[in-house]
Amino acid sequence: MLDALVHVLMLFLLPPLLFGVIGKVKAFFAGRKGPPLLQSYRDISKLLGKGSVFSGTTSWVFRAGPIVALVAVAVAGLLLPFGASSAPVSFAGDMILFAYLFALSRFFTTAAALDTGSAFEGMGAAREVAFACLSEPALFFVFLALSKLTRSLSLSDMLGASAGGLPAAAMAPLVLLCLGLFVIILAETCRIPVDDPATHLELTMIHEAMILDHSGPLLGLIEYSASMKLLVLESLLISLALPFRSGSAWLDRGLFAAETLVLAACIGVMESVMARLRMRRVPYLLTGALLLGGSGFILLVR
Amino acid sequence: MPLELVVAASLLAAASGLPALALPRRSPWAQRASVLLIVLASAAGLAGAFAGLFSVPSDALILPWPAIGDSFIGLDSLSSFFLVPVFLVGGLGAVYGLGYSPAAGNPRTGRRLAVFYGLLVAGMALLLLARGAFAFLLGWETMALSGFFLIGLEDQKNESRSSSFVYLVAAHLSTLVLFGMFLLWRAATGSFDLERSGAAAMSLGVAGGIFLLALLGFGLKAGIMPLHFWLPGAHAAAPSHVSALLSGVVLKMGVYGILRMLSLLPGIPAAWGALVLVLGATSALFVFALAQHDLKKLLAYHSVENIGIILMGLGIALLGRSAGMSELFVLGFAACLLHVWNHSLFKSLLFLGAGSVVRATGTRAIDRLGGLGKTMPWTAALFIVGAVAICGLPPLNGFVSELLVYLGLFGGLARDGAGLALAAMAAPVLAMVGALAVACFVKVVGAAFLGSARSREAEEATESPASMIVPIGALAALCALIGLAPRLLVPVLDSAIACWNGTGTGVPSLAGLAPLDQAGLAAMALVVMAGIAAFLFSRGIRARGEAKVSRGIRARGEAKAPLRPTWDCGYAAPTSRMQYTSSSFARGIVGMFSWFLRPSPEPRRIQGYFPEAETLHSEVDEAILDRVLRPALRLLERLSTWFHRFQQGLAQQYLLYMLLALIVLICTLVPAGGLLGLAKSAAGGAAGASP
Repeated sequence: MLDALVHVLMLFLLPPLLFGVIGKVKAFFAGRKGPPLLQSYRDISKLLGKGSVFSGTTSWVFRAGPIVALVAVAVAGLLLPFGASSAPVSFAGDMILFAYLFALSRFFTTAAALDTGSAFEGMGAAREVAFACLSEPALFFVFLALSKLTRSLSLSDMLGASAGGLPAAAMAPLVLLCLGLFVIILAETCRIPVDDPATHLELTMIHEAMILDHSGPLLGLIEYSASMKLLVLESLLISLALPFRSGSAWLDRGLFAAETLVLAACIGVMESVMARLRMRRVPYLLTGALLLGGSGFILLVR
Repeated sequence: MPLELVVAASLLAAASGLPALALPRRSPWAQRASVLLIVLASAAGLAGAFAGLFSVPSDALILPWPAIGDSFIGLDSLSSFFLVPVFLVGGLGAVYGLGYSPAAGNPRTGRRLAVFYGLLVAGMALLLLARGAFAFLLGWETMALSGFFLIGLEDQKNESRSSSFVYLVAAHLSTLVLFGMFLLWRAATGSFDLERSGAAAMSLGVAGGIFLLALLGFGLKAGIMPLHFWLPGAHAAAPSHVSALLSGVVLKMGVYGILRMLSLLPGIPAAWGALVLVLGATSALFVFALAQHDLKKLLAYHSVENIGIILMGLGIALLGRSAGMSELFVLGFAACLLHVWNHSLFKSLLFLGAGSVVRATGTRAIDRLGGLGKTMPWTAALFIVGAVAICGLPPLNGFVSELLVYLGLFGGLARDGAGLALAAMAAPVLAMVGALAVACFVKVVGAAFLGSARSREAEEATESPASMIVPIGALAALCALIGLAPRLLVPVLDSAIACWNGTGTGVPSLAGLAPLDQAGLAAMALVVMAGIAAFLFSRGIRARGEAKVSRGIRARGEAKAPLRPTWDCGYAAPTSRMQYTSSSFARGIVGMFSWFLRPSPEPRRIQGYFPEAETLHSEVDEAILDRVLRPALRLLERLSTWFHRFQQGLAQQYLLYMLLALIVLICTLVPAGGLLGLAKSAAGGAAGASP
């Protein structure tokens, strides 16, 4: 019970901090001081307190987009183990629900973008659904490989395995899977080199272009669920790549929080030292992730 | 008793055209009477089918057939399972027809529609009840021919005529193959009765022949990937409630045929399962739907993908059975069956929704629609429900059947060895299919119902009458019910699986194998949480919006927040023509698959400072019909032109041919043997001497 409570609290309170860390790291590389670590919390709470302006073209779908996205990501977050503590909800086949919740959120965010009738938002939505056609199978290759490795069908068992010590033969595939997963995380959370969350030059954007017309509380929700999505996907990678356990429950929880921040910092470094890929190059990157996942799986099958 | 109910229902359905034939063409009462008969038939048929799902199979009735002996009809769980969508969609579609094509407005087609709609339903019911080849083929042909007349209903249109003829050719090819299959069956078992007992001693080669012929013949009807060529045109041309029945139910008769024949054949080898799985995966990954500009054609193409998912389930089931993993068999088979129901629900929903759009705007071109969510709120909301369901997203029914497919695919990993692990590679394929479906239906929903109207027709659209909305709503409610409480279907699926599997070996119940309770709970949690969040935020938006906005704007805006034009990066006068169209939306993915889709033509590069006016019309040809069959047939036609020399339409010439033929025939009577007699006896003598 306590585990579940801490899980939910982390899921809902930690995410904006990750954005703060990324911002700090990027500011450091740019030689700036940067916004305070907690700036995202302030941004979101300010947005939640504001009034809204709606485009006259929009309908209820426009409002449903951010809400469905948040709920879907929150439910997906309940299916994953956070570090050593197991997931509050776990059943055989929950990884499929996990993946399809992201698809649900994508359906409604892209539909909301199209609801504005703006070419820019249509462009962002078109890119989002196109890239998902490659990142989603890549994610399933990762799940297949983990399921083969652990002979289990639930995320808690699949991701908990790497802490319990895996056979040496599993290490090479695991490295490939982690690399693939990292690319998927960058793509799904719209970071450089796939997307650039910092500019507002709409022609180059995916995520930012889709939310141009959202304002006030709904925009706050979008920012919040974007950060929560980052946390959820990060925890997937952390369980695989950084399976450190201290033995004490509270220490492990702290360790997990620290690991998410470290990973966020890594993403910040990536964003600082790399340029965004040209749009037509992105499918190649994602195909790379797909092939990494596929190779990892095939190595395990033999 | 269930059998009698279903038989009565089919007779009622077959007779439902009579009032329309008897009464004047424009009389609304004729149409109402026909619809009433169909609705009664549906009610009786559904009652019979549900009772039949849980009762002992009965072979009670004999269809007397003087020429070749009697033919049996009977009802078991597998038939009952497929009868449910026949009568459900048949009844709802008929009610929908009241508003969609009222008799007063369609005096030319009303009678034909009523007669053949009823015959289509009755034909399907007969083929599902048949336990002998002849009754089966009778039902099959009734279905195929009524389909032809319904597709060609608007025969003043060129498109309608040509697609109905393509359909007719495909339907008869399929019947021809089925004739071959039943003859082979007869040769192997000694009877036309479709009974398991006869096939027990069949050799693998003969069984394989029957299986391949069944896959070809029934696959043509089901629209498996290379055999789907007739499908998009036919389903797009038919009236929408007929399209719903064709796409939602008639295709499933092909699936039923494959299942029924497989249930009769002994000892299914793993290779068949692998073949079905590969066919399913390629059909599912058939991206042509995305590239369509025609609302109904897109939906029709998407049927191919869903038939692919159904076949994937069947493939897993067969693989699991031959590997001796009964849990894999149950999961795969349940996925196959459940997706049959699910697809018939959401595909009919989407076709009926599309029909509502077509009726209101008079066009099927997606890029001429837009903004219908405001003028047709009910149609739009229900269509979105159907779109979410067909993408396989929680919390609706599509997710449940796809979950079962995935569980089957992942379940194969529990066994060592590469075979089932290779089969599991179909899971990423299905994931890509899911992502493509999301892209496809976001495109449709976004371009047709969201944004602002792109044409005058779309702007002036009005909501359809209740007789059309209520059937769509009923289908949406069923989609939600299966999504939220999938557990309810466990007894139904268990019973149909047990029926297919026969009495020999017991199979575990689906309830213990799939997390249906959890899936249902997660779906409910999703709905409840979304509801709470929506409530909180709508209050939040309203309260703060009111504080800051002047009274005038508040009175106008429904959500009490100010309404402004869409922000278009500083451009002051955005128009609806500047919206992203469905073609541009799909272009990214069409580009990724251009090696396969080959869209035509690529836009020409604009050159010079004062370029001339350009037009661009992009089209993706039908893969098989336009690129393989038509060129092949044209080649055949060219090769056979030399034959025209002999066929010039002159009566004298034909008389000459007759004379020549007669002379040749008479020549055969000449004792030519006598002339050769010497040589023959010499040869005979030599042969006789040699041993």
